[in-house]
Amino acid sequence: MREIESSIITEAVAKLCMEANFKLEDDVQESLEKAYETEKSPVGKEVLKQILDNSRIASTERVPICQDTGMTVIFAQLGQDLHIVGGGFEDAVNEGVKRGYTEGYLRKSIVSDPVRGGNTGDNTPAIIHLELVEGDKLKMYIVPKGGGSENMSRIAMMKPADGIEGIKKFVVDGVREASGNPCPPVTVGVGIGGSFERCAQISKKALLRPVGSDNKDPFYDKLEKELLLLVNKTGVGPAGLGGTTTALAVHIETAPRHIASFPVAMNLNCHAARHKFIEL
Amino acid sequence: MAEYLLKTPLKDEEIKKLKAGDKVSLSGIIYTARDSAHERLVKLIESGEELPIPLEGQIIYYVGPAPTPPGKAIGSAGPTTSYRMDPYTPLLIENGLKGMIGKGERTEIVVDAMKNGTAVYFAATGGAAALIAKSILSSEIVAYEDLGAEAIRKLEIESFPVIVAQDCHGGNVYVEGQKKYAE
Repeated sequence: MREIESSIITEAVAKLCMEANFKLEDDVQESLEKAYETEKSPVGKEVLKQILDNSRIASTERVPICQDTGMTVIFAQLGQDLHIVGGGFEDAVNEGVKRGYTEGYLRKSIVSDPVRGGNTGDNTPAIIHLELVEGDKLKMYIVPKGGGSENMSRIAMMKPADGIEGIKKFVVDGVREASGNPCPPVTVGVGIGGSFERCAQISKKALLRPVGSDNKDPFYDKLEKELLLLVNKTGVGPAGLGGTTTALAVHIETAPRHIASFPVAMNLNCHAARHKFIEL
Repeated sequence: MAEYLLKTPLKDEEIKKLKAGDKVSLSGIIYTARDSAHERLVKLIESGEELPIPLEGQIIYYVGPAPTPPGKAIGSAGPTTSYRMDPYTPLLIENGLKGMIGKGERTEIVVDAMKNGTAVYFAATGGAAALIAKSILSSEIVAYEDLGAEAIRKLEIESFPVIVAQDCHGGNVYVEGQKKYAE
């Protein structure tokens, strides 16, 4: 059985927390550049120019793209033939978050008790979604997720009869009502099916796909492109100030559902759609 | 879309000229406050106590900056979503506040308070935090240090780029701008 020191996990998480917050991945950067070319509103174009200038400053000076450096969400796939030694997995991840957010001068945004308040002081704990898979590798997606876009996310326990039209209305209304709050142009993660909690989880997982990549299922690929067109017809535009670029992409993840249920969730990501991937 | 250069503190006649959609470059002194600081300020006003910052003619910027790296005036400092401050804002405007900088639309209670008190709401670009930090020359915590990123800071700004999002006449760039491009 392959072994991995927990300190290696810590180091990787620390580094990726910083990198994710300093530099956008190419898929997001290219998509924003394309949006700048195609945006029809002069104000929208000005906003996109600021966003692109900002991204250049952040990566050159190694400062956070956004002051909201997020809750650290981690989707991890742990191979069942990999043995972590020297400490527990969750402790190793949280130690990495603590180190990354401290060394990188990233904002610590985690309130320790949701009602009584207090700050944990080091941005821990991370939100960890752990999946046990075949093999002897550890794959991690690190997604610092801001509060503004998270607050505009929603879930609905629909009727199966609501079908595709129900999904379209849910997504388009959701993006329109979110207006400028989630920092458009957004990436829209849509979860369809599963249970209440699985649906919300896969709507966030949908944000991991490279922006603008095709859905492997042609049926959902078509629906994604249709939803993107509809969302961009809302007029919300960059920063909500009006324009033709409201979303960069719509991504759908699905899961089998109960015969009586039709859960649909929408998780929005801001234009600074930060994500990093590593395989250890 | 007009363009203005404004210096704080803001005067009523300057605010009345501003229309939703105008571009403004701000300079002078502004103060930061977000959720928890607002709650405390409003409590002080309600109990008749003295405030740690002046409100007359001033601008509050809704921001919780990232920690300041060595050699910089401030960490990345973009706006947070404004509607969360809406329950507190009318009382601050009644007590002399003239401007707010944030992102996203304000609700009716703030719109009414802005009309009655001649105040203006500016939008800065959410997420353009490294760019915005470049127009902040200095930053000093003046109250509520215990709140960390949410402490009240006094900022000296120069050519801070904003757009008039909602003016004192009821104009709203979110509504007007989005209507123009909705199909």
